[in-house]
Amino acid sequence: MKYLDEFSDPELAKHLVGQIHATATKPWSMMEVCGGQTHTIVRHGIDQLLPDGVQMIHGPGCPVCVTPLEIIDKALEIASQPGVIFCSFGDMLRVPGSGRDLFRIKSEGGDVRVVYSPLDALRLAQENPDRQVVFFGIGFETTAPPNAMTVYQAKKLGIPNFSLLVSHVRVPPAIEAIMQSPDCRVQGFLAAGHVCSVMGTAEYPELADRYRVPIVVTGFEPLDILAGILRTVTQLERGEHVVENAYQRAVRDEGNPAAKAMLEDVFETTDRSWRGIGMIPRSGWRLSERYREWDAEYRFQVRDIATEESTICRSGEVLQGQIKPHECAAFGTLCTPRNPLGATMVSSEGACAAYYLYRRLQTPAAAGTGAVSSGD
Amino acid sequence: MCLAVPGRVVEIREEDGTRMGKVDFGGVIKDVCLAYLPDLQEGEYTIVHVGFALQRLDEESARQSLELYRKLGALEEEFGDQWGLAAQQAGERRPPGTEWGAAQ
Repeated sequence: MKYLDEFSDPELAKHLVGQIHATATKPWSMMEVCGGQTHTIVRHGIDQLLPDGVQMIHGPGCPVCVTPLEIIDKALEIASQPGVIFCSFGDMLRVPGSGRDLFRIKSEGGDVRVVYSPLDALRLAQENPDRQVVFFGIGFETTAPPNAMTVYQAKKLGIPNFSLLVSHVRVPPAIEAIMQSPDCRVQGFLAAGHVCSVMGTAEYPELADRYRVPIVVTGFEPLDILAGILRTVTQLERGEHVVENAYQRAVRDEGNPAAKAMLEDVFETTDRSWRGIGMIPRSGWRLSERYREWDAEYRFQVRDIATEESTICRSGEVLQGQIKPHECAAFGTLCTPRNPLGATMVSSEGACAAYYLYRRLQTPAAAGTGAVSSGD
Repeated sequence: MCLAVPGRVVEIREEDGTRMGKVDFGGVIKDVCLAYLPDLQEGEYTIVHVGFALQRLDEESARQSLELYRKLGALEEEFGDQWGLAAQQAGERRPPGTEWGAAQ
């Protein structure tokens, strides 16, 4: 238990780990949905503190990783057009499209800008009325309300030169898709805390019941995750499958009503492809008819694009929890943060990047080839 | 990007008919939209994601989280030099016009 000293409260961490060991009498597999939680688990070696057989499966909750290649390619095409200011969060800069990324476009003279908030992009549009300003709106239920508000404002203030390239995804349909997969090994879920800060917990009891799977709403800090694991294991041992909120300081059952109302106004659900996974029915949001004018896909007519995904990259299986990152032959050799084949190697919330950063010396496939180079 | 960071509301104002404010994230102060928490008051703590306050938080939890995020370098990732990070990761020079602190 050498990692325990690194916890903010080592005594409490030790207590929780002890409780998990005392509770688990069988092997159990549970999935943390959120990429932020994956990062914490790998960084702190939480999975290595668990009893033998109790396993964390990393889920598809990295928004950068699951953004479909087709949307990335559309972003790259729009960003290359003269007169366009293309705004994005920083973690999208190096996500590979079919052959290039936003970083490359900026290096070649394109006007790509990093913003902290989508409202910054709207302000740019107000300040540059002769330019088209496009914001790359990706992410889960946590990021969707800010983007919804930005489009609402664009309409309210009558800002015609702003648009949103939108590719939002929703967690509950993804949980459902995972449970329906014939290869599913997941017996319990740690649900993403901040998604539930917005959406509340109302969508989960039906899922927990239908698939007889415990769902524990969990935060992102190491102690939060240990507490979430303990509650999940306790339910599994008792044969229970209910929704529990282990992140009460930030999650209310009703979520954030104002944010939910805005989502309902601005977006409508749609089928969405997830990078590496494929189409999940009703798993996404797009702008509703009333806001179509602010939809970059319509404005720029980039509706059909031929994409070219790496044939070596197995990030789809990583995202579905079917393999661990180092089981992919390209991990740490052909695929590194410097030359990523898939998005899971780019984002700090991606499982491959987390393993590369914190685990590559422990993973035989990568360590044995001498692929661990300096400077990355 | 998935990360939401706790901070303390230090100012509330109205802008274009929208509730906006300034939030202090342990020294870094940012403009934040408060429209989704219509009764949030100055001095209270909130969880902020991409410039939007999404939920209230008690002071003690906020302080503990902020301290942890600082220790882990997560605040730098959220508020820091994104082009610099991308350039370092790519092993390339940063693109022209992206000097840290300049308007990007």
